[in-house]
Amino acid sequence: MSEQKLTGAQIIIKALKDQGVDIIFGYPGGAVLPIYDALFQQNDLKHVLVRHEQAAVHAAEGYARSTGKVGCVLVTSGPGATNAVTGLLDALCDSIPIVCLSGQVPTHLIGNDAFQEADTTGITRPCTKHNYLVKDVNSLARTLHEAFYVARSGRPGPVLVDIPKDVQFADGAYVPPAEVKHKTYRPQVKPEIARIEEAVELIANAKRPVFYTGGGVINAGPFAAQLLTQFVKTTGFPITSTLMGLGAFPASESQWLGMLGMHGTYEANLAMYECDVMINIGARFDDRVTGKLSEFSPGSKKIHVDIDPSSINKNVAVDIPIVGDCGAVLEDMLRIWKARAKRPDQAALKQWWGKIDGWRARNCLNYNRTESVIKPQYALERLREALRGKDHYITTEVGQHQMWAAQFLPFDQPNRWMTSGGLGTMGYGLPAAIGAQLAHPDAIVVDVSGEASFLMNMQEIGTAVQYRAPVKIFILNNQYMGMVRQWQELLHGSRYSQSYSEALPDFVKLAEAWGCVGLRATTVAEVDQVIEKMLAVTDRPCIIDIAVDPKENCFPMIPGGKAHNEILFGPDDSPSDATPEDGMVLV
Amino acid sequence: MDLNAIEKHTIAVLVDNEPGVLARVIGLFSGRGYNIESLTVAEVNNADHLSRITLVTSGTRMIIEQIKAQLGRLVPVHRVHDLTDEGPAVERELALLKVVGTGDKRIEALRLADIFKAKVVDATLTSFVFELTGTTQQVDDFVGLMAQLGLVEASRTGVVAMSKGPAAF
Repeated sequence: MSEQKLTGAQIIIKALKDQGVDIIFGYPGGAVLPIYDALFQQNDLKHVLVRHEQAAVHAAEGYARSTGKVGCVLVTSGPGATNAVTGLLDALCDSIPIVCLSGQVPTHLIGNDAFQEADTTGITRPCTKHNYLVKDVNSLARTLHEAFYVARSGRPGPVLVDIPKDVQFADGAYVPPAEVKHKTYRPQVKPEIARIEEAVELIANAKRPVFYTGGGVINAGPFAAQLLTQFVKTTGFPITSTLMGLGAFPASESQWLGMLGMHGTYEANLAMYECDVMINIGARFDDRVTGKLSEFSPGSKKIHVDIDPSSINKNVAVDIPIVGDCGAVLEDMLRIWKARAKRPDQAALKQWWGKIDGWRARNCLNYNRTESVIKPQYALERLREALRGKDHYITTEVGQHQMWAAQFLPFDQPNRWMTSGGLGTMGYGLPAAIGAQLAHPDAIVVDVSGEASFLMNMQEIGTAVQYRAPVKIFILNNQYMGMVRQWQELLHGSRYSQSYSEALPDFVKLAEAWGCVGLRATTVAEVDQVIEKMLAVTDRPCIIDIAVDPKENCFPMIPGGKAHNEILFGPDDSPSDATPEDGMVLV
Repeated sequence: MDLNAIEKHTIAVLVDNEPGVLARVIGLFSGRGYNIESLTVAEVNNADHLSRITLVTSGTRMIIEQIKAQLGRLVPVHRVHDLTDEGPAVERELALLKVVGTGDKRIEALRLADIFKAKVVDATLTSFVFELTGTTQQVDDFVGLMAQLGLVEASRTGVVAMSKGPAAF
């Protein structure tokens, strides 16, 4: 087996198949022609031709996040690789497993400023979890298998393999995945039991506990989400989650407080502020979540579960750090909890829930319901009703619509929600939706979008049309870069510098030009009608232009530099004291 | 313990000797804004292609711990040891110093070199190149003296270090 000689390009195809890849997102070019030739001569591996390499990576992210598998990308040298950089960093920030293959000029030309040459490993070093330049065809198979192992193990992330064109042509030996063992990379998956025992004792004695969970639970797989749900239900504690963690615990359960952080719910943020025990499972104390660090949950003991040791004590000092896979940790926690027959202090818990219910009664997601103009929140509420009980996946772009989607669309299962959290990449949602749709051809996939974000990668409609991916591009069109406009209103004296979406296309005609279905709603009454029509389209993409209130702002909001208990609820809260001077510099 | 006190730590990192590994380490420090006071690297195991990086850095306790965790998660890193935390270690630096002069200054330079146990590795009628091995402090002291006696060029390796006792890395 290992004596078999193949060309580098054939080795690549074989390695991808052996790694379980069924779809690869890519764009051809001079430095990857041998790989495209090998792709042409087989039928197992489906290649999806994107219209821009950034979108190839986002599509692979959508595929990876909706399936739990590694997403795979193929780009050419030079501009192919540099175009992919934003996607790679996006995947790094959100810990999404991606293997990106890039072509490179032939080995003897490297360093000569050859045509379409870029120092791809140099450029992508800080944008990937790891990268490789393969100069010997005989190490190609091993390197590819290592790349998949590194991408999916520990804290997942993007791995790039740069392959010079002469290596793709050269003959070499193939080795199967089973024979490849990594020399150095062995992330700690199993937690220390002593730490778990300490954590269980602390949890059992909590008076005002809260679970704060994140993308780590999603990355640990659906079983981890089940264990989390079981543990949270067993304790009876309240639970909130980051933007990345939505869906790990069912939003329809009464213990769910909604998302926390800058645009999180009042009850989630106040529960974090006033808790005495915080159980962080797979979240990283991101600045969107903590707000002002010195006033972040000042009175609590903190447990932090993370597979990445560098996440622990990075922003917030914790009392019980636990390094391990969220699933493995939850399994041990639940087992020890049951073995020790733990039961929380019911009286204290009742009092705590009483307090939380008081905060809930504030109804922080309320907005001005009106018949005169479509409120974006209303459009999402109607979308929510229409999707209820249907097999669906949601992606988003970045901005106000993204936060409204997080607030108004409930997720009862993991891997259903895909959004650019860490990097905040406008243009993420459409390609990610295509990736998710190709992985789940029969499901409904909606890209909740803004008109500005949509324009950033709208060339991908072509991809969706070509592969008959019936994605729904649900544009909340407020004719502004809404989040920029909101910050300008609150922090820069309503000077709307460059945030107005001038010269917008007619989105319905645009859809028709691509052979898609285009729909528009300009009145409240039309919202339900267009959603119904949109859901009836199953053979092509659909662009839905919803003319929403241009001046609507996203609330609640904790302005930069403020603490969790300093929340703005709506337009009546004075924006003048929104942000202290030192908070202005924060993004 | 003062959490905001700046501590200086010597950290040894065993890595695969592969292209780009030093760039990963340096990129981590520049990208995250950590200090590098000195950094040395050379292959120490030819058969297994292992290199040892010794770096001296400073920061608060939280930053030092973060630096070690960040180094540990780099894929080609085998082990990270904080020699400052893990107990007594020997630290040495090697310096080459070119001192130019004639007459009394030249004689004084040679005398001081003898006191510091620096070796003369090159001599002309008007210059010496001294080689000195010692702690950073000893090298600093010697450099300070030579500066007054015609020092025109200095080259220092930065710190290499090893824990005391039988335990090996």
